[in-house]
Amino acid sequence: MTSQTKKTNIIAAINEAIAQAMEADPKVLVLGEDVADREGGGVVGVTRGLSTRFGDDRVKSTPISEQAIIGAAIGAAMLGYRPVAEIMLMNFTTVAMDMIVNHAAKLRFMSGGQTGVPIVIRMLTGAGIQSGGQHSDYLEAWFAHTPGLKVVAPSNAEDAKGLMLSCIADPDPCIFIECVRALGNTFEAPVDVQPIPLGKAKLVKEGRDVTIISYSDIFLRAQAAAATLEQQGISVELIDLRTISPWDKETVLASVAKTGRAVIAHEAVRAFGVGAEIAATINEELFGALKAPVARLGAPFTPVPFSNALEQHFLVKPEQIVEAAKATMKVAVN
Amino acid sequence: MSSAADFTQTNQTTPDAATQVEMYRRMTLIKQNDEASRKVIRSGRLLMPYYSPRGQEVIPCAVSVNLNDDDTICTIYRGIHDMLAKGVPLKALWAEIAGRITGTCKGKGGPMHITHPSSGAMLTTGVVGSSMPIANGLAWAQKLDGSRRITVAYFGDGATNIGAFHESLNLASLWKLPVVFVCQNNRFAEHTRYENCTSVDQISKRAVAYGMPGVTVDGNDPFAMYAAAREAIARARDGAGPTLIEAMTFRFFGHVFGDDDSYMSKEEKAAAISRDPVPAFRAKLIADGIATAEQLAAMEAKIADDIEEAIKFALSSEVPPPEELLRDVYAEGGA
Repeated sequence: MTSQTKKTNIIAAINEAIAQAMEADPKVLVLGEDVADREGGGVVGVTRGLSTRFGDDRVKSTPISEQAIIGAAIGAAMLGYRPVAEIMLMNFTTVAMDMIVNHAAKLRFMSGGQTGVPIVIRMLTGAGIQSGGQHSDYLEAWFAHTPGLKVVAPSNAEDAKGLMLSCIADPDPCIFIECVRALGNTFEAPVDVQPIPLGKAKLVKEGRDVTIISYSDIFLRAQAAAATLEQQGISVELIDLRTISPWDKETVLASVAKTGRAVIAHEAVRAFGVGAEIAATINEELFGALKAPVARLGAPFTPVPFSNALEQHFLVKPEQIVEAAKATMKVAVN
Repeated sequence: MSSAADFTQTNQTTPDAATQVEMYRRMTLIKQNDEASRKVIRSGRLLMPYYSPRGQEVIPCAVSVNLNDDDTICTIYRGIHDMLAKGVPLKALWAEIAGRITGTCKGKGGPMHITHPSSGAMLTTGVVGSSMPIANGLAWAQKLDGSRRITVAYFGDGATNIGAFHESLNLASLWKLPVVFVCQNNRFAEHTRYENCTSVDQISKRAVAYGMPGVTVDGNDPFAMYAAAREAIARARDGAGPTLIEAMTFRFFGHVFGDDDSYMSKEEKAAAISRDPVPAFRAKLIADGIATAEQLAAMEAKIADDIEEAIKFALSSEVPPPEELLRDVYAEGGA
């Protein structure tokens, strides 16, 4: 590990990771709508420069055909390639769900281990920029509920690069979620980022009183909430999950065993969300050690609205995380 | 097994004598295997969803004798004929159908998900239309490899009304992929007659929309089917892109074993069965002096024995141990 750092953002970090993987392994391919430089190198420029550097055979813009994109990625992967497919927005995965869920996720199992599908499916998503109901959803729970898929959602540039390197190297299909609101944020990241193992959360800050668990954009709000709580004398242990499936039970349970309190926050609707799985596991494993019920924060059970006035109420706010953490401190323990 | 490599360098469009006999052998294998499958299910020895390919034998046999072992295919739930024609071994196939650990997929795929990469059989999908997008990916890899390998995607007429067909043909044509789309038009999409669910009188016309050659051929005529497959496969191998072949055929039975096939016309079905392509080709081989009745009878007896032996092997094999339930969800040693 080098101690040298630089200012960067998530777009550049993912671009560097893919370029590094393509440089190291001629089997790594990129495909998706508008990904080649002739089309601008991706809708927000994540793949910019790759087709010029690695050629049009390895970096292919596709028609607007999500099933064909994922199908092509799956087939090429079955014969030894490592395609990184871009589905522009997470909502558009719905058009390719047969390819993702019935095929990419299951072909290893249904073939008794004969055919693996080492693909990465990248996608942007997130509310808060007034994109309305069909361009903003966090659907990670659907994918996490599907055996055979891995689901990754970094919150910062270093993790984005390190996790992308691991996803490309992974023998199984990975869903890679890029958070739209944090895309342009500047992060301090090491110059030389190492691959970050999948399934490993990051204990960002140690604390005594309450554990806050989050991922993707909302993690940044959890971080802000933790700072506020510290000012108010509440010691927060902060965990960035980074990988949603498989999730790092060990790190989360060890932390909650210590603090006795847990708050989980994510952008997706709260009902049937990732937070429910984590809360249930904490309850099963740590029932006797809990000092308060596990708190879950997510969006209300409604589609993402267009109007900014409504959209601001849709997203979990830092103040809500603060309030939820404080509420866990007020529970009287028998 | 005869290898297509023997003739790929020539322009011949009529199969030579050895190839004709080999086509008949594969057709007979499929026909007998179907008869054995229905018998085994009817007797209660096996429980499985079974989609009979009876009546459609000629198509994959005429295609496969033009393929090499390392060419790849993708097919659908009605695909056991495609798998057998490509050379998936009978014992492993039966063991898979029986849900045994000795099956192609350790009993974890079943009859609707036969996979056997060492025979080039890469995918059997249970979803209508889904063989095509993945066939494109295999063909893309074969093209990137700089190989002369190709991929065949099999599907039915019903699949040409699903989005995946249209997305796949467009992409294959755009990228000039070495893929052959073989539509086995058996006149029924599950229970619905072709004309009640399809907007064109010939599926091959849809090729025009994607800038690729499209041809309608009598899929029950071994020579016509052979010639059409040979031309399309040569085009793919030569880097000239995909072809859509509409192979006309007829399904002798209902959609799935045990269904009430009252939606099929009895007269139409009887007429199709009276033109059964397998005995018809047998008669032709004998009439043309390609093989003698004794030679073919010996071949048929051998196939019957092989099937009987495969069934015995399957039914006497172990079932998968419980730990197989959680194995192969992810790669061993993966995160």
